[in-house]
Amino acid sequence: MSQTVQPIDIRIVDCAKTFPDGTRALEPLTLQIEAGETVVLLGPSGCGKTTTLRIIAGLESPDPGGQVLFGEDNVTNQPIEHRNVGMVFQSYALFPNMNVEQNVAYGLTVRKMAVEKKNRRVSEMLEMMQITELADRRVDQLSGGQRQRVALARAIAVRPRVLLLDEPLTALDALLRERLRVEIDQLLRELGITAVYVTHDQNEAMALGDRIVVMNQGVVAQTGTPRDIYYKPSNAFVADFIGTINKLRGTARKGRLQTIGGSLPWTGSDEADVEVLFRPEDASIVLLNKAQLRGRVAASYFLGDRTKVLLEGMSEHTIVVETAERKEFAKGSEIGLIIKPDALMKLD
Amino acid sequence: MMRRNSLFYLNLGFTLLVCAFLIFPVILSVMAGVTENFFQGIKSGVTLRWVGEVWELYADTIFLSLLIAVACLIADLLLGVPAAYVLAKKSGRTARIIEETLVMPIAIPGLAIALALIITYGGFRDFRTSWLFILVGHVLYTLPFMVRSVLAVLSSFDFKTLEEGAASLGAGFWQRFFTIILPNCRSGILAGSLMVVTLSVGEFNLTWMLHTPLTKTLPVGLADSYASMRLEVASAYTLVFMVMILPLLIALQLYGQPKDVGRSKQAASGDGKALT
Repeated sequence: MSQTVQPIDIRIVDCAKTFPDGTRALEPLTLQIEAGETVVLLGPSGCGKTTTLRIIAGLESPDPGGQVLFGEDNVTNQPIEHRNVGMVFQSYALFPNMNVEQNVAYGLTVRKMAVEKKNRRVSEMLEMMQITELADRRVDQLSGGQRQRVALARAIAVRPRVLLLDEPLTALDALLRERLRVEIDQLLRELGITAVYVTHDQNEAMALGDRIVVMNQGVVAQTGTPRDIYYKPSNAFVADFIGTINKLRGTARKGRLQTIGGSLPWTGSDEADVEVLFRPEDASIVLLNKAQLRGRVAASYFLGDRTKVLLEGMSEHTIVVETAERKEFAKGSEIGLIIKPDALMKLD
Repeated sequence: MMRRNSLFYLNLGFTLLVCAFLIFPVILSVMAGVTENFFQGIKSGVTLRWVGEVWELYADTIFLSLLIAVACLIADLLLGVPAAYVLAKKSGRTARIIEETLVMPIAIPGLAIALALIITYGGFRDFRTSWLFILVGHVLYTLPFMVRSVLAVLSSFDFKTLEEGAASLGAGFWQRFFTIILPNCRSGILAGSLMVVTLSVGEFNLTWMLHTPLTKTLPVGLADSYASMRLEVASAYTLVFMVMILPLLIALQLYGQPKDVGRSKQAASGDGKALT
């Protein structure tokens, strides 16, 4: 049941969006999405990610001057119904007046596909999403997860040129979200379709995206692979938004970085005031006499597989580390840390 | 089983008393319509003679009322449903002002509306003397109920997203309107329709001002019969009116509440299990 549609690339050129009330939702954005690639638009609410998706879909038009191209096809002035996109919504947007089968068939019915071919396609889709037994259920008899499967089946049934997903998992509970995320990942790979996925959840973004576009206040903060974004954040916003980040401030001189909690080896140039970042998993708790940095336990949270420890006196900011040790950390007790040498990040 | 204390029975008794107080005149009136001679009471004999007489005298008013009700419903459907859709879709202040203006006839006495219509259009003689003149009044008066009812059901589900979903699947405006919007508004349209027909059949204020001797509706005919006929005929006429209006009222009770679309049973719990 492989889809034979050749994936196409999406180009967004100089697309800005100003709403009638004057709100600037999106600064001029240029973005190339390769054929077959899954790009995740990630950011807090109001960052412009949904607006970008809606511009690609044709539900919003960009301000004059902006262009959207599907392959060689300039679709800027095409309404959504002519763009042949598949769209999945946070609220599912299933039609309550139709059963599951009719929902999945809707796009094909609209296209006046011959009944036999349509039925074959629908049952193929239902099978693919493992919802064959739900075919004649009414929409309000379905659980959230089932609804989103129906929505996915409906969107891909028309063999769209691109698949657009707007926070498809946000309305689901944590366990189900995880499971459906894996399935969506498999589905996207199987289809090989160009996909744009909007979310505010960094875990979803990391797991699904070939590339992530981090957005903030209507502009792109950084574009890159999940690893790039995580390990090489190009600015403070990205560093803060993705994962947990620790900040140290100090003076770099003669190969050492001196901070209030101790000193670390330093490979960069001398600087009077420098801020470096590191991820919690790159620091380990060690005996005090071997420690590079020292601080006191401000709080600790036992999470089962690991313990999260918050440290003070090591930096002007609270330092967060995680350990798999089965040890309890008393509040106020002194703790030593070493940080992996290549783990320090410095923002330009 | 719930225990019923004396307070319950006190309540029940009082409720029944009030019901009896309200229903007794109705029963009396119906009885009068089928009694040979009201002043001698029911023992003078039961007859359908008066009903027959009503039919002879006033059949045309019954048909005119039905004609106007149906025409009014058609007009309200054609005007009110699209109007409600547009009003629900637009969020601006203009839309709200139009909505309020549309609803205004509810707050204005029917007589005043009628007077305004006569002042404005009374000069068009053919129009003034045709039943269409009454129809216009009825549409003015009932349209808000249709609009309100459809607006209520439209606000109960996220029709904009549903429409976006349909559009993404290739459906143009009219396809979306007829396959998504209208079917999901069914309960509101039904409730509105029942309301409109009921109101139109029973409307007196407006109609009394707008009618001519040749365009009498049932309620206007009723007033006429109360003023000039013997009590038995007037009662029989009332009986006919009730036979017409009661099924509508019952249907209104049954289907009068627009249902929420799609929101009814959120099967959020048991999500995990349902999937395996």
